Amino acid sequence: MAAPRKVACVEIGGIPIALATSDDGFLDLLRQRYDGFLSSSRPEFELEFDLVATGPASDDDVSVRREGDDWLIERGDFRARWDPRTGRGAVRQNANPYSLDSVLRILHSLILAGRGGFLLHAASAICDGRAYLFSGVSGAGKTTMTRLAPADVTLLSDEISYLRPGAGGYSAFGTPFAGELARSGENCSAPVAALFFLEQGPSNQLDELSSAEAVRRLMRNTLFFAEDHDLVDKLFATACDFVDTVPVRRLTFYPDARVWDEIRHFQKVPQHA
Amino acid sequence: MPENCIYIARSSAIAARALAGEMMVMHSADSTFFTLNEVATAIFQAADGHTPLRDIVRDRICGQFDVDPEQAQADAEQFVTELSSHGILIMSNQPLAPETP
Repeated sequence: MAAPRKVACVEIGGIPIALATSDDGFLDLLRQRYDGFLSSSRPEFELEFDLVATGPASDDDVSVRREGDDWLIERGDFRARWDPRTGRGAVRQNANPYSLDSVLRILHSLILAGRGGFLLHAASAICDGRAYLFSGVSGAGKTTMTRLAPADVTLLSDEISYLRPGAGGYSAFGTPFAGELARSGENCSAPVAALFFLEQGPSNQLDELSSAEAVRRLMRNTLFFAEDHDLVDKLFATACDFVDTVPVRRLTFYPDARVWDEIRHFQKVPQHA
Repeated sequence: MPENCIYIARSSAIAARALAGEMMVMHSADSTFFTLNEVATAIFQAADGHTPLRDIVRDRICGQFDVDPEQAQADAEQFVTELSSHGILIMSNQPLAPETP
């Protein structure tokens, strides 16, 4: 007789997804992994996990493509199929949290793309009620910015920022997708005040970016894997809309706590996108 | 490619948006990204597949910008050849049907 199926609902960015498994150990693992993001909301989507002995979490390129109406998401350590019409999908992977994280990130990136949102390779934090995003290449200082944050700043993520449009503009949501800090963000959200592309330097300085350069950098740092013209087109439109409505600057910073004075000062001065 | 009659059409594999006076074009397959200046934007927007490039240059470039017609034609041919090599435009010496995604 098959073991009973158990479900944990994980809600990131206001999108509840049911994760179903018959493996008690895996259920415990995902409850620990997404502690703070577990939800009693009615799930919008569902993934059923079939645990197998595959290889360890992989750095291989991921493939995300349509097969009929389904999305097929594959990497060396997992294979997932998801039907966006029913919201249901199935995942074959081994019982490690890194594969699980990857599947969830990709699924959220697909859902968000259709809703005018996106995942950005960026740290994010709430300061004085508004969210600030810090993006850049590896080593640019995303984790450093979060380490330097004053005590009253709320960490949303040190690695992957979650952005959705709303009536009042874009909001950033906390995610459990951690980077070097190995610490989940807080499960809360705030309207986005600014996006900064980071570079380290001898002093703190903010510079304007042209719209084209801002869009180019935004697209380069957006997490999106699907080979799908319509979604890429929509994502491009979203990036242009974001740059049109949110101030985007280059932040050259010297890595000490004074950089956060610059952030607070930025908020006090009227800005334009 | 004969240079006396060139037809150009926008590829279906691109996304294009105008923002703050600049036209940005992205190839959806590899996210190659281009920013077009005013003259290039005029050519890109006129690339309907059935208007010869020389007519586009005459009507959209020479009619609106202070340029030498021969130089404008040469620059336009170089521009469309480059965008064609990146899959942004399609070139032909026959009229083209506009691509649909």
